[in-house]
Amino acid sequence: MNIRFDKLGIVIAAIVAYAAFFASFATFRANRIVPGEARSIFEALPPTIGPLLLAIVVVAAIIALLKTPLLLRLAASVVALAALAILIGVAGTFLTPAGNTFARISPASGLWLLIFAFTLLLADVLTRLNLSPLGRVGVLVIATLAIGLLLISGQWDSLSILKEYANRADSFWAEGSKHITLALGSLAAAVIIGLPLGILCHRVERLRAGVLNVLNIVQTIPSIALFGLLIVPLGWVAAHVPGAAALGIRGIGTAPAFVALFLYSLLPVVANTVVGLAGVPRAANDAARGMGMTDRQRLFGVEFPLAFPVILTGIRIVLVQNIGLATIAALIGGGGFGVFVFQGVGQTAMDLVLLGAVPTVALAFAAAIILDAIIEMTATKRRVETA
Amino acid sequence: MKAWLPSLLRLALVVLLVAFVTNPGWFEPLLKPLTENNAPAIYNQGSLLTLTLLHLRTVLIATVAATIVAVALAILVTRPAGAEFLPLSRSLVNIGQTFPPVAVLALAVPAVGFGEKPTLIALFLYGLLPIFENALTGLTTLPGNVMEAARGAGMTGWQRLIKVELPLSAPIILGGIRLSVVISLATATIGSTVAAKTLGEVIIAGLLSNNLAFVLQGGLIVAALAVLIYDGLSAIERYTARRMGQETGD
Repeated sequence: MNIRFDKLGIVIAAIVAYAAFFASFATFRANRIVPGEARSIFEALPPTIGPLLLAIVVVAAIIALLKTPLLLRLAASVVALAALAILIGVAGTFLTPAGNTFARISPASGLWLLIFAFTLLLADVLTRLNLSPLGRVGVLVIATLAIGLLLISGQWDSLSILKEYANRADSFWAEGSKHITLALGSLAAAVIIGLPLGILCHRVERLRAGVLNVLNIVQTIPSIALFGLLIVPLGWVAAHVPGAAALGIRGIGTAPAFVALFLYSLLPVVANTVVGLAGVPRAANDAARGMGMTDRQRLFGVEFPLAFPVILTGIRIVLVQNIGLATIAALIGGGGFGVFVFQGVGQTAMDLVLLGAVPTVALAFAAAIILDAIIEMTATKRRVETA
Repeated sequence: MKAWLPSLLRLALVVLLVAFVTNPGWFEPLLKPLTENNAPAIYNQGSLLTLTLLHLRTVLIATVAATIVAVALAILVTRPAGAEFLPLSRSLVNIGQTFPPVAVLALAVPAVGFGEKPTLIALFLYGLLPIFENALTGLTTLPGNVMEAARGAGMTGWQRLIKVELPLSAPIILGGIRLSVVISLATATIGSTVAAKTLGEVIIAGLLSNNLAFVLQGGLIVAALAVLIYDGLSAIERYTARRMGQETGD
């Protein structure tokens, strides 16, 4: 028989071999800030389950290593990831001494590497399957549901990150909604101001270079400095403009964070609007003019729909960037998931850092997938219509 | 008359920047009105010059590493042997970009400790995408007739890469490096939240002690560095593009 190896599979199998046999699976700590002790797969799981997990992981790695059908690879990656996700919860319960509320169990490097390896396999399969935009969103929804189900079922409750969550459940959701409000609100403001500004820059050539240069320079100011610098003008507004303070405008807190995110968001929106409008074929504009369309009709009926995918790309950049940048708002009292990250760094409690970082990464990732799907759908729709 | 104005402005900015980081005391009267309760107007817990140099060093190391890895990866996936990695590498680099810098920094701390290392990791990850994307664009959009000619001249794959493909895509790759450097210059300041020695230290000290003079000087030095380096790299890019244009025009 002719055995053929998959190139990526060799990489994956190597990572799996190292992670399963040489790296630790879980970390045990007597309390939340002391250094941890490593536990291997056999030590972290009950005697019957440890070898089972090892068998699943090894078989999945062999499937990845050889040239196998795509669907089999898909199944291998999904089964391996599901087993890892469920069994780390089992390890948590197994390793926690009965009645001990101080002990912390967290995933260790070996588990993260295994997850990385099989996610790589899954990503490769999904890329090769060439899913439609809706299909990709579907995969995202299924993954979200599966993780949500695991969270609700309490399977992971014995893990340290969820113990941190249990201590802060209320503030977690409050900071979370603040984070999303900051990211989406500043995006909405940037679109409302940036689109007309972009259209203006497109029509008035003299304005274009100036506006884009100023916005470019704003982007070079480091985020933490911009957040800090806005404290002065907003403090002044709060003190001197009647009604501003009542609206919640203050020198520190959410207002400067909102304005800073808004300023960073303007460049991608304005620049992409200008590029999108500039890319509208001259023939389309001439035809519209020939049909006797007014400037306004041309803008909304022709130019804008044609430039839409490019403008959306700008919005995608802004949204992903804002979700990440909103973490820095915590430094000036603006709230958001960054609160947990910086508290965690301050207390050297990594589980607390994870509690802030994991939702941020998940949000940014989901936003990127959803917007990419929308961009692709509008772009193909346009091609079909113009064809 | 207009042509020398930008150069003059740039020169003025360079002089101002050098004067500020070497002799910050001269500028104290300007920043004094921003402080309260007689707080110091100039950062006094370390030399601004040292911090600026350390900041630049961090960005330089991360960018060099990101350039080597990104260009090597782009070369690998554009060869026939690595072609099957092309779509996957693209989505991986894209995914890397969705990780917020603060999260990368904070998560790198348990693995490598506080200080410069987590900052280097975050900057490296962030620098990869623009360089990789541009290198891919450069290597995949080479003019077909030039490649044909190189093949016809009997060049081996290696010779074609070194003598034709890389020089021709150099301007585009440089464009990616420029983007990456500007992003890194600003992102490096965040590294100071995990105790890296960068200009972010000045800004964070200002935020913690409510001293706007600190925030302003830290922010302005970084912004000035970014504008100058952006301009400098743009000039190099135009120069290489012109050279490539002449060579292919022969």
